[in-house]
Amino acid sequence: MIELQHLTKRFASTSGGTVVALKDINLTIRDGDIYGIIGMSGAGKSTLVRCINMLERPDEGSVLVNGRAMQQLSAAELRAARREITMIFQQFNLLMQRTCLDNILFPMELTKTPKAQAEARARQLLELVGLPDKADAYPAQLSGGQKQRIAIARALATDPKVLLCDEATSALDPNTTQAILQLIQKINRELGITVVVITHQMSVVEQICNRVAILDEGTVVEEGEVQAIFSHPNSAAARRLVYPAGAPKAEALPGHRLVRVAFNGTQTTDKPLVASLAIECGALVSILAADTRIVNGQTLGSMLLALPEGDAAARAMAYIQNYPGITCEEVNV
Amino acid sequence: MAELLASKQWEEFMQILPTIPFEMWETVWSTAAATLLALVIGLPLGVCLVAGEPGGVRPLPRWLMQALNVLINLLRSVPFLILMIIVIPLSRLIVGTSIGTPASIVPLVIASFPFVSRLVETSIREVDAGVIEAAQSMGATPLQIIVKVMIPESMPSLISNITIATTTIMGYGAMAGIIGGGGLGKVAINYGYYRFNGLLEIFATALLVVLVQILQTVGTRMAVRCDKRIQR
Repeated sequence: MIELQHLTKRFASTSGGTVVALKDINLTIRDGDIYGIIGMSGAGKSTLVRCINMLERPDEGSVLVNGRAMQQLSAAELRAARREITMIFQQFNLLMQRTCLDNILFPMELTKTPKAQAEARARQLLELVGLPDKADAYPAQLSGGQKQRIAIARALATDPKVLLCDEATSALDPNTTQAILQLIQKINRELGITVVVITHQMSVVEQICNRVAILDEGTVVEEGEVQAIFSHPNSAAARRLVYPAGAPKAEALPGHRLVRVAFNGTQTTDKPLVASLAIECGALVSILAADTRIVNGQTLGSMLLALPEGDAAARAMAYIQNYPGITCEEVNV
Repeated sequence: MAELLASKQWEEFMQILPTIPFEMWETVWSTAAATLLALVIGLPLGVCLVAGEPGGVRPLPRWLMQALNVLINLLRSVPFLILMIIVIPLSRLIVGTSIGTPASIVPLVIASFPFVSRLVETSIREVDAGVIEAAQSMGATPLQIIVKVMIPESMPSLISNITIATTTIMGYGAMAGIIGGGGLGKVAINYGYYRFNGLLEIFATALLVVLVQILQTVGTRMAVRCDKRIQR
């Protein structure tokens, strides 16, 4: 279990002042989770994940990994702890002058693992990531996806309990991203490794995470089960991420009441909502944005509706609120 | 042609010619020895300049870093000719004599290790910060990062830069003829320039040019060959 308590990190800015990168972060990541930390660039995600293995030292607050306070470890203890919390990166960060096999051997060289034992383990890991024939290839000869597979194998060499993924798929094309995400999921399921995924891509969280924290300007604005957050995003930052198309449009329609309607996948009626609003309430609604996505096998849809102000709008609001399987909220511009 | 063959210059040239292989050897071994010693001092210093920075893998006290930088800049700004003369007492102390090829190695090393450490610094800085961070995230000690990441990852660049250092040291070594150092430089200066023998001057210089060409070619080839980022 990883607990972040009141975590705060400041940086000296180039103009001489200080920038608060993380403000009073409180998060609990349970064993076996694939925990997503999502935010726009500059939200502090990379700093946050580096605080877990102390590549960045927090200024305030504490990081507890299985109850041990990471800040209080000695240099040697910290190095040992880092073997249990390994990391993969957006740019893979492989040793370019070593073969793939030697890259995977690297963390075991650091711990002086006997050569034969280390090599057997490395070959087993090459098998696990699906690249047994690339042992003697150099990273420059691999594609991006293959490089990330080697990086994953290297990260698993010391039998970690936690794998930190810092934008691990952001440099990859969509198909390769899918394959790497599936590999990460397999590692989580088969090896029981807790995974922390840092990303700016909602699709990554959607596909593999069970919990998510949304980070905006250094604070956690929302945290919880992925499904719950996707069906009811409460914060502006969450909405920006969940409805990338719908959010900005909400600012562009004066004289209307804007309502966000979310179908949570349990809808039981076959009455079409928009048509019903027109016929039964006399409200001529416009659909400003609509989107459906599949989260953990469940279809979630959302719409941004504009209701013309007046009695019809009030009737329509009441109608929507009583509609089964739907939640709605008025969006204030 | 007949005129040249009958001249005094030619006679002298033929007298000196049999010593040329020996002088060439003097140039080669003194360059090799000075480069090696300059590396022994310059490589760790260059690594320190990068690793010892604030935010480096093993930050060193600020005063120490400043002292290092001042020392290196100071030595690099002294003209080699002056340096050779200044360190004569030191050569006598270390080698036991202040003339001859072994004695010329002392000023060569002192003049070239600051240069080598700057070149090493540049090479080590080329190593991707992300790769170093990855090693840190795997629990590598600062020494392990230096030995297993920084130096091997910058090897192609190090070889290129060491080649540059070697050619420069060979050039400096030629100047050591002035204080009694041996080698092709001595032939060009003492037998060529001072005795108005243009033939010897040009011949010895041409041999130096050939040596530098060979060195540079071999160095470049080695740097390319060991670079695994290049796909062949």
